[in-house]
Amino acid sequence: MKKFSGSVLFLDRSDINTDEIIPAKYLTENSKLALKPYILEDLKLDGFNPATDVQKAGVVVTRGNFGCGSSREHAVWVFEVNDINVVIGEGFARIFRQNMFNCGMLAIELSPQDIDTLFKMGPTLEIVVDIEREIVQAKGSTEATFPFKLNSFDKELVKAGGWLAYADKKY
Amino acid sequence: MGKTIAEKIFDTHRRDNPSGENVVLDLDVVMCHEITTPIAINDLVERGLDKVFDPSKIKVVIDHVTPSKDSKTATQAKILRDWAHRHKIIDFFDIGSNGVCHALFPEKGFVRPGYTIIMGDSHTCTHGAFGAFAAGVGTTDLEVGIFKGVCSFRLPETMKINIVGTLPKGVYAKDIILYIIKKLTVNGATDKVMEFVGPVVDAMSMESRMTLCNMAIEAGGTCGVCMPDKVTAEYLWPFIKGEYTSVDAAVEDFKKWHSDSDARYSSELTFDISNIVPQITYGFKPDEVKDVTELEGTPVDQVYIGSCTNGRIEDLREAAQVLKGRKLAPGVRGILAPATPLVYTTAMNEGIIQIFMEAGFCVTNPTCGACLGMSNGVLAAGEVCASTTNRNFNGRMGKGGMVHLMSPRSAAAAAVKGVITDHRLL
Ligand code: SF4
Repeated sequence: MKKFSGSVLFLDRSDINTDEIIPAKYLTENSKLALKPYILEDLKLDGFNPATDVQKAGVVVTRGNFGCGSSREHAVWVFEVNDINVVIGEGFARIFRQNMFNCGMLAIELSPQDIDTLFKMGPTLEIVVDIEREIVQAKGSTEATFPFKLNSFDKELVKAGGWLAYADKKY
Repeated sequence: MGKTIAEKIFDTHRRDNPSGENVVLDLDVVMCHEITTPIAINDLVERGLDKVFDPSKIKVVIDHVTPSKDSKTATQAKILRDWAHRHKIIDFFDIGSNGVCHALFPEKGFVRPGYTIIMGDSHTCTHGAFGAFAAGVGTTDLEVGIFKGVCSFRLPETMKINIVGTLPKGVYAKDIILYIIKKLTVNGATDKVMEFVGPVVDAMSMESRMTLCNMAIEAGGTCGVCMPDKVTAEYLWPFIKGEYTSVDAAVEDFKKWHSDSDARYSSELTFDISNIVPQITYGFKPDEVKDVTELEGTPVDQVYIGSCTNGRIEDLREAAQVLKGRKLAPGVRGILAPATPLVYTTAMNEGIIQIFMEAGFCVTNPTCGACLGMSNGVLAAGEVCASTTNRNFNGRMGKGGMVHLMSPRSAAAAAVKGVITDHRLL
């Protein structure tokens, strides 16, 4: 299983799309690692600098409809190769969410209130996700715990290390 | 309790129920292009699993950047090409026979009512126009699809979208879907099947239904779907005539896929389109849509007519009506990319290519190219494009560029005026 913890990168906007996460011009790369420097290159957010802000992060906290747009799994891989295996948000675009679990990564949905609380606990926040107990443990200016629901199939994908390993065994 | 078309398709394709909420479906068609498939192929090869579940059910095209523009895209094309040959995939389309996937594959008769289809491309929802369940997926889903012929989905919830009223002159499927996305927002149909029904849809051609379903993903929808009917059967007739005694017999058979009248929907919405005007996007999200009148006079640098949304013959005919006898406004660049070779040759035979060229358009081969900012018309920073494509994301057609989405007729009007304008007044 992957590591589901680390410092938080806050992306304070809804509808962040896959073109903002990884622009199409990098889709000509045939290795995941080659994508690494281009993470969030086209995302314009006040005070956000992808070149410096991504490095320390292990977890992303964001708003609603994260990962909308194209089906490119590159938008998941670019997090993976930057050692970010968890995105926590109010909601996700279907394909992005599926791609996360298919890669053995976590797309965690929390209520808008809980997301707000996480934002308020920043700007320096450490998160540890416990998938067995289905809780997000956050430690910033204060400490708090947030329960979440993980669909049993998604949990199996995470444990198996992704959909290919799961499907290869089962079908 | 009755069932929706999506539920019927799920019932007939269910391989497994890995949980109460998830279903693993058997796939009828797996579609592949050169941007998202090569990494899946490489991964299968590295794992020693270089197999395909059924070469006859895999359809392959090189379409996004073609002919290849540099070494990297040439490598992507080569990986896909070699793989298709290695596995004896007959339905493989390379330069000379290739076109934009979601326009080409329906035209080849690969899509049928009741099918389950995946592709590593979000606009796979287009194929729902035929009464299929067709969804865009990522590379891992595609990889498992190629390898095992299955894909997992959450149980579908369906949103019924009833389109009623009289279609005003000069308003097209593109305007209708932009209008619907404006109302639903980019997140309004997330995880939902969007079932398009009603008299306006019934009266639409297959091309227009594809335009409608194509943009379901821009509202977050898993799939767009239309009920297969006589229009569907007539479009498919050359491919299904061996299976049915008549078009009517096919229409009768297709009814088994229709949603039942007592099916359960997550929501039911009615849109009366009698009073809408041409619709155009203004921001960086496809739900940022205004009436054309509100954007009148916005200068454009480039006009792009093409893509899986609006690069079909019906679209070219509409644009040509505006362009006939007119010229591009000074300083405006026009690009036409017919979506498939058949669209191209038909347009040539009808004199449409000539009309475009006499107006000053550059006519490219069938390809995605500029639509996703990869080739054949990438914008420079600060440039504005009037485009018949489906995405206006920041940087989509080139870093720092601005894209306004619109119908082919609106785009043609912008080409001759040099500004966004109401084509109905031309
Ligand atoms: S035409 Fe554009 S939207 Fe359609 S498949 Fe090609 S890149 Fe994607």
